[in-house]
Amino acid sequence: MFLQSLPMVFILAGLALYTVLGGADLGAGFWQIATRRRWNAGSIREFAHRAMGPVWEANHVWLIFVLTVFWTSYPKAFGSIMSTLAVPLFIALLGIMFRGVSYAMREGAATPLESGRIDTRFALSSILVPFALGAAVGGIATNRVPVGNAAGDMWSSWLNPTSIVIGTLAVTTSAYLAAVYLAADAAHDRELTLEPGFRLRALGSGVAAGAIAIGGLFIVNADDHALVHSLLHGRALPAVILSGFAGFATLLLVYRRRYELARYAASLAVAAIVAGWALSRWPTILPGLSVHQAAAGHDTLVCVVVAVLGGAVILFPSLALLFGLTLGGRFREDERGALREARVARANVNVRLLARLAVACLIGGFGLLNIADATWAHAIGVACLFGFIGLAFRAIVTSALDPQAAAR
Amino acid sequence: MTTHSIAAAFPPVDQHYLLQARQMQALSFAVHIPLVAFGLSFPAMVLFVEWLGRRRGDELYLTLARRWSKVMLTLFAVGVITGTVLSFEMGLLWPNFTGTFGSVFGLGFTIEGFSFFLEAIFIGIYVYGWRRLSPRMHLLSGIPIVITGITGSLLVIAVNAWMNHPVGFSLRNGKVVHVHPLRALLGNSYLWNELIHMYVAAYIVSGFIVAGWYAFCRLRGRWTRYERTALTIPLTIAALAAPVQILVGDWAARDVAKTQPVKLAAIEGLYKTTSGASEHLLGWYSDNQMKGAIVIPHLLSILTDHSWDGTVEGLDSVPASQRPPVNVVHWAFQTMAGIGTMLALIGVIYLGVWIRRKRLPNSPWFYYALVAAGPLAVVALISGWVVTEVGRQPWVVYRVMPTAAAVTGAHGIPVAYGVLALAYLAVASGLAWVLRRLARAPLDLSLEPPSQLQAA
Repeated sequence: MFLQSLPMVFILAGLALYTVLGGADLGAGFWQIATRRRWNAGSIREFAHRAMGPVWEANHVWLIFVLTVFWTSYPKAFGSIMSTLAVPLFIALLGIMFRGVSYAMREGAATPLESGRIDTRFALSSILVPFALGAAVGGIATNRVPVGNAAGDMWSSWLNPTSIVIGTLAVTTSAYLAAVYLAADAAHDRELTLEPGFRLRALGSGVAAGAIAIGGLFIVNADDHALVHSLLHGRALPAVILSGFAGFATLLLVYRRRYELARYAASLAVAAIVAGWALSRWPTILPGLSVHQAAAGHDTLVCVVVAVLGGAVILFPSLALLFGLTLGGRFREDERGALREARVARANVNVRLLARLAVACLIGGFGLLNIADATWAHAIGVACLFGFIGLAFRAIVTSALDPQAAAR
Repeated sequence: MTTHSIAAAFPPVDQHYLLQARQMQALSFAVHIPLVAFGLSFPAMVLFVEWLGRRRGDELYLTLARRWSKVMLTLFAVGVITGTVLSFEMGLLWPNFTGTFGSVFGLGFTIEGFSFFLEAIFIGIYVYGWRRLSPRMHLLSGIPIVITGITGSLLVIAVNAWMNHPVGFSLRNGKVVHVHPLRALLGNSYLWNELIHMYVAAYIVSGFIVAGWYAFCRLRGRWTRYERTALTIPLTIAALAAPVQILVGDWAARDVAKTQPVKLAAIEGLYKTTSGASEHLLGWYSDNQMKGAIVIPHLLSILTDHSWDGTVEGLDSVPASQRPPVNVVHWAFQTMAGIGTMLALIGVIYLGVWIRRKRLPNSPWFYYALVAAGPLAVVALISGWVVTEVGRQPWVVYRVMPTAAAVTGAHGIPVAYGVLALAYLAVASGLAWVLRRLARAPLDLSLEPPSQLQAA
């Protein structure tokens, strides 16, 4: 029982992290279009871009994590969801593509006009992605995705009142998270001209997100009464209350300019929604398919759990390093003086010896890989051939790049 | 279990556009694979140049490494999105494949996901950390990028190897039972030749493309110590890797002959199971025979079996419905092998001039050839994957699940195919634009803080 549920806990944790971290990135894109006509629009956009530059790739990968753990651990549910919700997921995919390429292109922008155009494209796709993903979630939440290969309706599964509410909410909460984070970054960097703007945006979008969440409940209630009932009764209720409370606390904290705390409170508010939704459904994934029924075999689940835990041991310290450097402002700091003078080592490599060894490796590799038939011989043969490439590379590059050879 | 009862276990899905779904998948692979080649090999080159620069205290190498690292980040960012497309397509196009066998092969992608994650983290640290980390820390922060590039591709190729040589599970009434994911992925003998072949190919592709760019600069008259250095390093590695690839390819072909004889028969257009089989170069397969091909007697038996009269299985060993499209596979192989031989020749010429004269070749023809070598290497890379993937047809999991049973039942594949193709076009032109911009940036730019750090 426990083993069958554990990967779903990982998936939900990944989903919560993607909603928070990826959401903040998507929201930063949202503000790039929402500030187009302001006098300081250029610097706001520039700041938003800089703030997410180093972490963009990493935040995005949470989605890949969710997908891969999902299809390994609950293959049947994954196939059903992906085939019925193909349209919104394909739209989200297109949005991710355009976002990614705009992000890459930003590096080459030379004029404010160019970067403005790229930012607009980036912003539009940043709105499309959370909306489409939110709409897909709405389809699952209202049980419009049955088990089977494209067994549900291609359109009504995600074009329904609940999907539209959740999609809108996803866009708003992303914008809200981003505004809080950017206000915190601006305060940290003493960007006094930008901080009030982001503060105002955080307050505004926070109120909007709250209003959509509460107003949306009525719309969803009309669409699928059972969903609202399960959210507001029983085990999901504490999470929903926590989310509301954290959201309200964030507003207060932002109002009082306590940004570091606000950052965490805002994340908690959003993560609690994901948790509440999961609790309200547990253990159902799709109608008639529980977590236990959908789970893969014992060995696979053990491997997934070990892989995820083992991966986490490496991943979280690395993430901490990246965020430490980013949030600590190290990447935005002024340059700390010129490059330290490296000690100059003279190239002292015996080129002739390297070349002879390389030829020996090549002959050995050929014999073991291409003449011999045993597996162990092939393994050594491949190693020999890599040895040949490495040794010969060293021999040639050493003499070719010798400063004295520069005259030739 | 016979192939017949297997096919009955996985009935075909009612999908009019199976061919379009396959083409859409193939397009996505073809777009992604060259970026993978860079992801596998380019970080090691950048790191080597940085290391050289730190060691020799030479600003030129550091400038080169810094400029290359921006290209690396750009290609990675685009690789992230083309890779995301693939992971979506696993479900969007082939839900029955993922739904049935996700528990067998999915673990590979889970671990790959982590390794990709680490790659993204350290690429951020490395590229944004120039001069903001101590030289030693900066160099160290690049090492995980190289390692995760290798582990990531190892696991993805493990999945592909499993599709070509499925092990580590049993089937009961169309349900997968007794799954041993580690044995399926890493205990698979087929993994290693695919991995090494791809790994060497990655260095050939990125080496020739990067060298080709600086060869182009030389032909246009821009030739300083900077260009010479930037050409020598990738060219040397590609020139060494290209001849080695022929040896690795020979090994891979022998493994294919053993595990997937029908694929080998399609590569060669060999209809009848033959002893002392001949090698066919060029030619066209129709009416169960090769027409207009150059025939080299006994060579195929010698290559695959190391014997003069070795028996090579032909296409007639399986019913017609279980054979891949022969001409596609045959010509993809001819293209790959032909280009591979030309690239090896370029490599040997370079090495020969180097051994005899201790300098780069002088002839402009050599540099014209280098300019062409990069794109040709990409063509060879894609052709190689066409051989593997089309050669596996009509199976998605070789001799277990037909591709027709794996496809989605959703409508609108042609529309999605068209939209995706347009999106790729936009991505490609965006990438071309930004790479041109990065190349045009004046050389001394790197002595100032990077552009995104100075505004506001």
